[in-house]
Amino acid sequence: MAIRGKAHTVGHHIDTDVIIPARYLVTTDPAELAKYVFEDLDPSLRQRIAPGDVLVAGENFGQGSSREHAPIAIKGVGISCIVAVSFARIFYRNAFNIGLPVVECQDVQARVSEGDELDVDLATGVIRNVTRGETYKGTPVPEFMLRLLTAGGIVGYVRAELARERQ
Amino acid sequence: MAMTMTEKILAAHAGRPEVHPGELIDCTVDFLFANDITAPLAIKEFEKMGVAQVFDPDRVAFVFDHYVPNKDIASAQQCKITRDFVDGHNLPHFFDVGRSGIAHVLLAELGYVVPGDVFVGADSHTCNHGALGAFSTGVGSSDLAAAMALGRLWLRVPESMKFVFHGRPRPWVTGKDLILKVIGEIGVDGARYGAMEFCGDTLTHLTMDERFSITNMAVEAGAKNGIMEADDVVLEWIRPRARRAITVYRSDPGASYVDVREVDVSTLDPVVSAPASPGNVVSVREVGGVKVDQCFIGTCTNGRIEDMRLAARVLAGRKVHPRTRLLVIPATPAVYRQALDEGLVQIFLDAGAAFSTSTCGPCIGGHMGVLADGEVCVSTSSRNFVGRMGHRGSKVYLSNAAVAAAAAVAGKLVHPDEVVRDPVPV
Repeated sequence: MAIRGKAHTVGHHIDTDVIIPARYLVTTDPAELAKYVFEDLDPSLRQRIAPGDVLVAGENFGQGSSREHAPIAIKGVGISCIVAVSFARIFYRNAFNIGLPVVECQDVQARVSEGDELDVDLATGVIRNVTRGETYKGTPVPEFMLRLLTAGGIVGYVRAELARERQ
Repeated sequence: MAMTMTEKILAAHAGRPEVHPGELIDCTVDFLFANDITAPLAIKEFEKMGVAQVFDPDRVAFVFDHYVPNKDIASAQQCKITRDFVDGHNLPHFFDVGRSGIAHVLLAELGYVVPGDVFVGADSHTCNHGALGAFSTGVGSSDLAAAMALGRLWLRVPESMKFVFHGRPRPWVTGKDLILKVIGEIGVDGARYGAMEFCGDTLTHLTMDERFSITNMAVEAGAKNGIMEADDVVLEWIRPRARRAITVYRSDPGASYVDVREVDVSTLDPVVSAPASPGNVVSVREVGGVKVDQCFIGTCTNGRIEDMRLAARVLAGRKVHPRTRLLVIPATPAVYRQALDEGLVQIFLDAGAAFSTSTCGPCIGGHMGVLADGEVCVSTSSRNFVGRMGHRGSKVYLSNAAVAAAAAVAGKLVHPDEVVRDPVPV
């Protein structure tokens, strides 16, 4: 699975409150949530994001609340993949469960600038910076998580599990 | 193989003799729940999974706590989705306004979680229940939906870290201060993906209420779960409440830990997390004098009866500063009633505090105490991220209930000693 998109960079320890403030958690609609994504971090960020773009972050991206509304809002605004130094655990699960791939990569945040064109290979974890002609070695997405993505997220996975049990 | 408590519980629920950190396992779940914010999304996903009923109606609860009593039409619509689902599926464990409380406090109080459990909740502070010697962790709505359908969940076995608390805490130092101290030391991702095991002689001085506030905040260090051994204090507390059989697991002497930290609490002063990270921990004396607009005592971290008592000890015979607001919100109807019976509510009202029915409201800047630009709040909650309790220009200091009450009286951050020279028993 490969993804190509323009990078948008954010910092370390981006928490779910600045991704989608709790005051907007009165809907589960991705388009509605996308209207407020990153509101308390940088309200102009969502206007710069085009469908297919890649979000680049530092350590511990998505810390805090278990609100799945956070990855839904990010996916809803058009982000196709998040590459970060590390992810908070609940966010990591939530992202794959809703079919938003995320990749861990040590070098990416320090090397990538806003607007760089990135190629992300999920299976190998290799990220190519087309703009700068550089390559970064991230962690390959675990096989189980790739299966989740292929199944379209946890819903597809559970449907397959139930079908297997019924056989 | 020597295993930690966490590994033993997970192995038992994965049907394996042993598990190792890093392994992916499929785990049976003893009990699960969602709240009014996470349930509608879980229900939406559950309904796409092609199953007619939840795996076991007796092991599923829905607890309304965040935006209740409903703050607006949108939140009322969200609650209605869950009410309709509960009615349609005849689910017996449903907690609505008046009978509901903050889920983590309520479900523990009512014995829905017992030592040895694997407990899963669509709320990050589900790690709360580790104080009972259970494996308890927060997940998102879709994971919860999967567990509702299958009765099990995939988990990565976490590496364990051990925190050994030594010494007797000084006056006004509580379990909250201990966990803030730890988070300040290891950072907000210091235990990322891991299990935080808490032990040491200090625990014998801590009641269940204080222990819960320690495991409750494990997620603030990035942990999957926080856990303590089910000792006599736990067993005495849980036995009259337990709805299922109790299994006590202890970590083996040779169990492996990625890190072991010794924490001397005997010299610790009350601490606060300064804005805007739970990891930004300093002694309250270092930030003394910071002017405070609002104080909030409540939440799943510190809305229990002992927090109410501690606040009352500071507030008895005193008044909230004229330029400061104090909100006191007991976590459950039982805590509310007990505070009433013990005369604590009278003390709060006499002091000029607002006292309310249970809700998470202020903690998430949702309703009941939202902050304006530039305002400062001292809160007994667990998170002080930018915009957490209101305007992105507001600031939150996290503290124990005594520090929050003292700040309300002084109108500024102070050590409780400065307000209460001679503690009056109430």
